[in-house]
Amino acid sequence: MNKPDKKDDVDTTGHVWDGIEELDNPMPRWWVWVFYLTIIWAVGYSIAYPAWPLINGATAGLLGYSTRGEVAEDIARVDASNAEILARLSTADLTAIRDDDELHTFAVNAGGSIFAANCSQCHGRGAAGVQAGGYPNLLDDDWLWGGDIEQIAYTVTHGIRNEQSMDSHYSLMPAFGTDEILMNDEIDAIVQHVLSISGQDHDADLAGVGSTLFLDNCASCHGDAGTGMQEIGAPNLSDAIWLYGGDADTIRTTIQNARFGVMPAWSEEFRGASGLSLAEINAVATYVHQLGSAQ
Amino acid sequence: MGILDRHKVIEKNASLLLVGSLLVVAVGGIVEIVPLFYLENTIEEVEGMRPYSPLELAGRDIYVREGCYVCHSQMIRSMRDEVERYGHYSLAAESMYDHPHQWGSKRTGPDLARVGGRYSDAWHIDHLSDPQSVVPESVMPPYSFLMNRFMEPDHIEDLVRTHAIVGVPYTDDMIENAQADFIAQADPFSDWDALVERYPGAQVRNFDSSDGISEMDALVAYLQMLGTLVDFSTFTPDASR
Repeated sequence: MNKPDKKDDVDTTGHVWDGIEELDNPMPRWWVWVFYLTIIWAVGYSIAYPAWPLINGATAGLLGYSTRGEVAEDIARVDASNAEILARLSTADLTAIRDDDELHTFAVNAGGSIFAANCSQCHGRGAAGVQAGGYPNLLDDDWLWGGDIEQIAYTVTHGIRNEQSMDSHYSLMPAFGTDEILMNDEIDAIVQHVLSISGQDHDADLAGVGSTLFLDNCASCHGDAGTGMQEIGAPNLSDAIWLYGGDADTIRTTIQNARFGVMPAWSEEFRGASGLSLAEINAVATYVHQLGSAQ
Repeated sequence: MGILDRHKVIEKNASLLLVGSLLVVAVGGIVEIVPLFYLENTIEEVEGMRPYSPLELAGRDIYVREGCYVCHSQMIRSMRDEVERYGHYSLAAESMYDHPHQWGSKRTGPDLARVGGRYSDAWHIDHLSDPQSVVPESVMPPYSFLMNRFMEPDHIEDLVRTHAIVGVPYTDDMIENAQADFIAQADPFSDWDALVERYPGAQVRNFDSSDGISEMDALVAYLQMLGTLVDFSTFTPDASR
């Protein structure tokens, strides 16, 4: 079957390579029309949306679109849909939140997200803390600065020992070894005393010496019995819960160098661009409070 | 067909074709790039932006050297979910003293544009030394060696001067005092009043809590200032951007 030679119907481009010629077929019509349409579309698009740079700024476009406007609207829309409950949350009496089922559920869920995004890096995804770094466990019964919901909200708002909030919790344990307040053998004795009041194996003779030293040097903050003092963030040393660790070596390091754990202030008052609003602080405080151990 | 036939001239002359293509591509480039230099509203004025202090600048160099930008962006996009998680979306002014900018293009780790002040210095040290010790699911490699690499301020003045050459408004005063400022910022017992006057909002601490100025000091100083400079209480976004 002989096909007609297209060369007879179509011009060639005039290019010849070793006797091979190139046909000059037109582009498919649909392709050409789509091409023209994209040009028309681009003109319309640049009129409708911000596009052409002029002398002082770019054309704004007839639709008035802006990415900032869009995100502001988006945020406003979600805020508006939660406005009623957020207002309740930010003005709520914190201790009463648990009696209001709807508010409590909202606060715990919102607080869980806020905790995951902002708090879990130090306190752990499950709020169990990281003892090696002194990041407190929020599930146990020890609260350094108080474990009722008002106190938790305060700690979230102002943080601990930071430079951001003037009202952050602040206390400073002396570095008894580094600053040469106590001799090494005195520190060893206090270590044994702390081991004894926390119910661990210890050297009874040394602990006896240590108990006097403890009363002289440590009791003003940690209490005569080593039960701590929440007003100044002094940990309870008489239980089995430890912030940095309760073995002899860790206790010695703590007495030697002291500790200075810092928690940032989370309120937007102190970090305008990335802080938490009052409603968010109340939510995360509610979340932490319901984890189980709070007071 | 007139003009279409003349196309043959370009097609048959490779050099002419190259020059022609360059011209066409240049139009696109010029239209997109040139207005950024003369349009007044490209970078809006905001309160609080200042050039990096010498220590922060040195930390930024380490950030670049270690390729942190490969996994971390510094660009909070204007989307609700990003604003919820990271804070106010980034402004052009916030990276105007960056040469080159560290916007990044991929987030294996989180965005760092507003990481400053979010965590304690100790957390940064723990996390940089052994990321999994605080974030078990992290895939970030450890950078514990930064603690043991100490920095001498010999070249810091040159570094600041170089940034001044490419357009960062460092004053002569800043350049002359670069060495002193570098040392002062990592030593809370130094006389750092002049430093804070030159660089308002600069945080003065012994960031790594050990002697000497390590690369860790510099990097943490840099991380702790990221996104903290702009005073958002005085900022009203101009919606037409």
